[in-house]
Amino acid sequence: MATPSPIAEQSIPGPFAHYELGGAYDEMFRASGRPRSHYRALYSRLLNLPAEELRRCKQEADLSFFNQGITFTVYGRAEGTERIFPHDLLPRIIPSNEWETIERGLTQRITALNAFLKDLYHERKILNDGVIPGGVIYTCKHFRRQMRGVKVPRDVYVSVCGTDLIRLPDGTFVVLEDNLRVPSGVSYMLTSRKAMKQIFPLTFRKYGVRPIEHYSQALLSTLRSLAPEGRSTATIVLLTPGVYNSAYFEHAYLARQMGIELVEGRDLVVHENIVYMRTTSGLKRVDVIYRRVDDDFLDPLAFRPDSSLGAAGLFNAYRAGNVVLANALGTGVADDKAIYAYVPKIIKYYLGEDAILKNVETLLMTEDAAREHVCSNLHKYVVKAVGESGGYGMLIGPHSTAQMREEFRLRIQDDPRNYIAQPTLSLSTAPCFVEGRIEPRHVDLRPYVLFGEKVTIVPGGLTRVALQKGSLVVNSSQGGGSKDTWVLQN
Amino acid sequence: MLSRVADSLYWMSRYFERADHCARVLDACYNLMLDPTKASTEQRWHRITARLGLGSETATIDPQTAMVTLLRDAGNRSSIVSCITSARENASQVREQISSEMWERLNQLYHEVTQTAAVMNRDADVLRSLLAIREGAYQFYGVTDATMSHGEAWQFMQLGKYMERACALPVLLDAMFSTANGADDLDWVGLLASCSAFEAYCKVYTADLKPERVAEFLLLNPDFPYTVRYSAERMHTALDAIARLVSARKAGGIERIIGRLRSSLAYAQIDDIISRDFQRFLSSIIEQCKSLHAAAHEVYIEYPVESAFEA
Repeated sequence: MATPSPIAEQSIPGPFAHYELGGAYDEMFRASGRPRSHYRALYSRLLNLPAEELRRCKQEADLSFFNQGITFTVYGRAEGTERIFPHDLLPRIIPSNEWETIERGLTQRITALNAFLKDLYHERKILNDGVIPGGVIYTCKHFRRQMRGVKVPRDVYVSVCGTDLIRLPDGTFVVLEDNLRVPSGVSYMLTSRKAMKQIFPLTFRKYGVRPIEHYSQALLSTLRSLAPEGRSTATIVLLTPGVYNSAYFEHAYLARQMGIELVEGRDLVVHENIVYMRTTSGLKRVDVIYRRVDDDFLDPLAFRPDSSLGAAGLFNAYRAGNVVLANALGTGVADDKAIYAYVPKIIKYYLGEDAILKNVETLLMTEDAAREHVCSNLHKYVVKAVGESGGYGMLIGPHSTAQMREEFRLRIQDDPRNYIAQPTLSLSTAPCFVEGRIEPRHVDLRPYVLFGEKVTIVPGGLTRVALQKGSLVVNSSQGGGSKDTWVLQN
Repeated sequence: MLSRVADSLYWMSRYFERADHCARVLDACYNLMLDPTKASTEQRWHRITARLGLGSETATIDPQTAMVTLLRDAGNRSSIVSCITSARENASQVREQISSEMWERLNQLYHEVTQTAAVMNRDADVLRSLLAIREGAYQFYGVTDATMSHGEAWQFMQLGKYMERACALPVLLDAMFSTANGADDLDWVGLLASCSAFEAYCKVYTADLKPERVAEFLLLNPDFPYTVRYSAERMHTALDAIARLVSARKAGGIERIIGRLRSSLAYAQIDDIISRDFQRFLSSIIEQCKSLHAAAHEVYIEYPVESAFEA
């Protein structure tokens, strides 16, 4: 009977015996059995940790999430089906020099995008100068004509943004998507940090991980800095679509952490362009609304008339400057996937700088040559609908059937403005604890950027994991999970 | 506090009390039905459904089945499962207001009730399940008092709990007295047991069971928690605290209604009540509770927007 060779055992030890490196950049290993320097301490900790112990940690963490009610709602099943957000035990580690680049890149990007939004809704210089064709803007479904000429406090349109970054095989971080409307997931970043500190307290301390716990305070001061002038003690509220929204846990969590009221549309009353909330002691004026409701649903008088999630008259109060919405209305135009292709030009135009974080190569289907090429090579590309998010409306070429490709080909030719194509990218991999052993899985990174008086980026973010082997889809609605992100002090 | 939040706290508490009350009554009656008496099981069952203020449709099916239905049928709005589910739904609306311990306890009870209810096949399971609910209720009330600030939110919960109790007790008494012909000692013990009041009653009147004494105890005793008078006093305390906390604009109407209810209970004599029109007395209590609910609702929850600008 064959026994495992002791040499092989040594070169790829116990828990990592099934760790197969592919073509992607691996966060932990330079080569098989050779961890990168910033992963070495974790690596040796894991070598000395029996799988049984890891499994126990995993159970404890899951139970703690369940008891805290850290769940999200799965749509399309029995009402209120709650699942715990899958959480991976092993942290993703980012050394300080890499983080420094990310931080500068994100600051540059949000500054430029805010300047862009201001220009777009006021002077439209960038269009007149021919940097971006006007047609692309006006055909964008998230462009809000109603916002033309509306003055927003501090000219801050996007005050909370969650940018999706991925790492290419050569190790550089690039931007995959800007989420400028109502990005979510930050509560998972905060709660998963809390769990990790309980699971690996000593390793955590030895690593010198930069803290993220001040996120809620930073968010609150960002919101406060936007309050209308002359309202010294501003009342700030968080507007949620309600208990059946998939991110309701996060809304309740953030409201509690910030000590602000969690309101629904039906709690709000607009009277003579002033927004009030109904309290037991009467109507109370509201100054700043951190809204987690999409533009379309905010005000049935201005937008979708069938919406019951907003408040009638809210938009007029907003236009009159009596209430602040964060994010502002109409920011979705800047994270349209066709506009995304222009972001490097936007940065150059407003800041005179080259983009620090590069874009993923993006082909606009409105351009004939690109469309021809993509349509005859669909199996090589990822095709996305420009206004969608959350992994919906997408074709992943290499994993598609001939029928799906044919369908997308027709759709693209039917409405080229609605689609873009990107080459299939290999997201980097990071070690994950799955089914009792450690295996690589694809990950991305969503840091959260706050923009008020100044730009604040808490070091880290949400590392999303595609828990299915080989999968590139990290969205929670499609079987993704998360892991804690450790940004190191030095 | 947001009006919607206050409303959810109030209803969470009411539904929870309703489930608890239903469990008590079923538990007491289940025990009664085991003993042979003059009244047939069906007659007894009819009395139970009347005590819970339910229509006659449940009275026609056989008691064991009906009991299980009342316990676990999610399609029946009066069932214990439905009430616990409604309580939990309201609680999930106000997760950031109640303590984590309360949420966990309620959540646990919900899972217990929905899961055990699904696999109930032996008759002893019914009793076991009822016991689990009652114990869960004691724990929930304990955790609530121990882990939550006794501020505005807690006062709205108190109001809900005692409003529900003050409305349920007269229904219970009415059903018992209107079918009292043929009732024996066991029935009166059962009535007291469904308010966990047998021992407390004996301390006041000894085990000498007289219908008018039982009625006096459950209506007018100021010290025992399962009485109408005690509930009215607690509602008064809660409403008073709320009015002070929110510097209420128009709480005058509320004060009048609760004041009238309190004095009608404080100065009433059971012999008078019974010799005049017992049933009318009971229904007038329910009427007063209803107008109290409506008045509080109009001042704190759904006030007309125009009135709020006058101040």
